[in-house]
Amino acid sequence: MSVEAAHSLHNEPHEHEEHLAHQFMNREQQDESYIVGMWSFLVTEILFFGALFLCYSIFRIQYPMAFQEGHEELSWVYGCANTVILLTSSLTMVLSVHAAQTGKRILSAMWLAATSVLAAGFLVVKLAFEWYPKFQHHLIPGVNFHWPHEQFTEVAAGKAELFFGLYFAMTGLHGIHVVIGIGIMAVLGTMLLLNHKSTQYYMPIELAGLYWHFVDIVWIFLFPLFYLIGKR
Amino acid sequence: MSIQQAPAPDTYVKQESEPVKNYLNAEHTVASWLLTKDHKRIAVLYLISITFFFIIGGVAASLIRAELTSPHGRLFTNDSYNKLFSAHGIIMVFFFLVPSIPATIGNFIIPLMIGAKDLAFPRLNLLSWYLYTIAGGIALTAMIMGGVDTGWTFYTPYSSVYSNGQVVMTLIAVFIAGFSSIATGINFIVTIHKMRAPGLTWFRLPLFIWAHYATSVIIVLGTPVVAITLALVAVERVFPIGIFNPAQGGDPILFQHMFWFYSHPAVYIMILPSMGIISEVIANGSRKRIFGYELVAFSSLAIAGFGFLVWGHHMFVTGESVYLAMVFSLISFLVAVPSAIKVFNWTATIYKGNVTLHAPMMYALGFIGLFTIGGLTGLFLASLAVDVHLNMTYFVVAHFHYVMVGGAIFGFMAGLHFWWPKITGRLYNELWAKIAAGIIFLGFNLTFFPQFVLGYLGMPRRYHYYPPEFQAWNILSTAGASVLGVGYLIPAVYLSLSLIYGKKASANPWNAVGLEWQTASPPPTENFEDIPIVTWEAYDYTMLPDVESDLDYSSLENEGSVSGVPAGGVK
Ligand code: HEM
Ligand SMILES: [Cu+2]
Repeated sequence: MSVEAAHSLHNEPHEHEEHLAHQFMNREQQDESYIVGMWSFLVTEILFFGALFLCYSIFRIQYPMAFQEGHEELSWVYGCANTVILLTSSLTMVLSVHAAQTGKRILSAMWLAATSVLAAGFLVVKLAFEWYPKFQHHLIPGVNFHWPHEQFTEVAAGKAELFFGLYFAMTGLHGIHVVIGIGIMAVLGTMLLLNHKSTQYYMPIELAGLYWHFVDIVWIFLFPLFYLIGKR
Repeated sequence: MSIQQAPAPDTYVKQESEPVKNYLNAEHTVASWLLTKDHKRIAVLYLISITFFFIIGGVAASLIRAELTSPHGRLFTNDSYNKLFSAHGIIMVFFFLVPSIPATIGNFIIPLMIGAKDLAFPRLNLLSWYLYTIAGGIALTAMIMGGVDTGWTFYTPYSSVYSNGQVVMTLIAVFIAGFSSIATGINFIVTIHKMRAPGLTWFRLPLFIWAHYATSVIIVLGTPVVAITLALVAVERVFPIGIFNPAQGGDPILFQHMFWFYSHPAVYIMILPSMGIISEVIANGSRKRIFGYELVAFSSLAIAGFGFLVWGHHMFVTGESVYLAMVFSLISFLVAVPSAIKVFNWTATIYKGNVTLHAPMMYALGFIGLFTIGGLTGLFLASLAVDVHLNMTYFVVAHFHYVMVGGAIFGFMAGLHFWWPKITGRLYNELWAKIAAGIIFLGFNLTFFPQFVLGYLGMPRRYHYYPPEFQAWNILSTAGASVLGVGYLIPAVYLSLSLIYGKKASANPWNAVGLEWQTASPPPTENFEDIPIVTWEAYDYTMLPDVESDLDYSSLENEGSVSGVPAGGVK
């Protein structure tokens, strides 16, 4: 057993055919198929989020005041912290993919673990330091929404609720993607540690990497749109 | 049509002792079906599921037509009538028409046509079917628990704030179904890009493949948008985030923009695969290469592209800017051009062709006529002033049934008959098939032509009360629907019977060209014994001897792939 395990770490030529699914003729075809498939999936993701960004743009143009005031309820410090966390996690992800490509199984798993820890950190900041205080400040649409500025500005509560609706919808959808990412990394990491057949070959980790960079990029757009808009 | 050919001597003995292995008899357990990764089996699973939903949608349609025989709405309350037509629309669009051809015939035939062993991602393919089934289950549960009265279009703020039905549950179902079609779309794109047999260049591909490629592009670009839009409606029912609610400063028209951004292209998701089938059938029925092959191929892509720029024609009366409406109207006229190119090229193919009127060909001819009527009435609706009169009337209903039933479903029937011997390994009864095709054509026109008249006279859609002077036309339409219903029952009967009593099909019963006809019927699990090498153009009917038998293609090296194959398969 141990001989086999050690042996499979090396990328020997005959090893390649072993990871070839039956429908493919050769590894090249298989690799290209996975990459094209993943990019097609990311295109659907772009349109998925794109529709929300469209809503955001339309209401931002329509109700600049509501967006300004709503934005002031958000803390750019936490936003910034999360940006740093996610960017770092992209770096650790790249390192994991690199380790996988060069056949360093354990190292790849370690970097995946680091990425998941950072991703979890992102969620902690998001939920504990941002969403929960919003609840305390009565800013959750439908649950307990109360807009304190209503008396002294012309911005109606409904429009502020709309801003927070978009905020929760967009960061929420992004958050779901982060959770899914953690799940994927946990599974892949475990498989790497167990030296499972599918992860003896770097492609699954490469694909997870593409996904994770996409999640990261979405945040790169969300961050300025919600946290920095007032800083003209 | 030839039936069966003498097996080659050396395989003869083997065939006597044990039946030839194919994808159907490879394994028999239930698990071998429910956990299969074989595209052919998944296609069969899909075929069974969509037939089930077609029946449910059809029952709803019959009830609608029954209700409309009387101007006073005697059978249903207002509320149940609203739920009835909503159920009909939701099931037929999202659970029947969108997956109908791609997930069944496309799933089965695409890998065979391009000489691949399977789709690129077999597990994703199975996941797609499970998502579809789960979604269908949720949708049915929602209907049993009270259903929705929003129409298939879920317009806000009615759907997001006021409606009392099972809106959230239904939206979840449609959302999940969307992901099942995205899975299929991605799979097809990758498969068509990466899995083609050696020598099968883009311009040697059958037009069926081009059509499915264009369809998949639309699915991948459009479906996520409607998914998130419907998700927002569902969220808005629970938390008042207000995006589509005017009371909070939200914009209900924005919903319509986002909905139609998908749902106009979605009508091409429904029609393009059908057009692909028509190309195959017409080439075979006329024994000629499709006239202007490249133009027909590119017109599919043009439709996919332009299709994304015309959604505003559903919103002419919502108060969208007149200038915007003018642009949408103009582009809607432009999108008819590629459709017309196809119709003209098919007609030109038939011209001076060696035409065989087999059942698939009858459906194909029906398609050409009915789709032309449907498309041209689309142009009436795309004309601004005319639409002000016609929108929300039965004219619109007639228009889209001409394209969806007369177009998409006629294409589906053509394809189902054309590839039935390939899928099941059995021949169906051709005489009954022709009779049924005739009855369906008559019944269809009798059902929907009167609806053009009704709409023109001003009968609104989605009401079950109407002025008594419209009754005669409505009864005519219901009579037609009964004929149509019988027309659909007949194929259900003879196709089922063919599974047991049908003669065994040879590998190539239509004497057609195309890789799918080079392997046995039904195909072995691996599709081809050896991956074929393609050196010829699509629809090269000159390479087949012009006789009604299954002779080997002269240009094929694949020994034994066509002639000498015992009926039922190789190996
Ligand atoms: C030549 C191409 C076509 C044009 C110019 C066209 C134009 C239109 C227009 C302007 C409307 C809106 C009518 C109104 O609501 O007032 C409409 C509705 C509709 N069309 Fe088409 N159409 C075309 C092809 C198709 C095809 C191929 C399909 C389906 C396979 C289709 C399915 C529908 C449906 C389902 C509706 C009604 C949606 C609803 O309100 O429930 N159309 N079409
Ligand atoms: Cu349209």
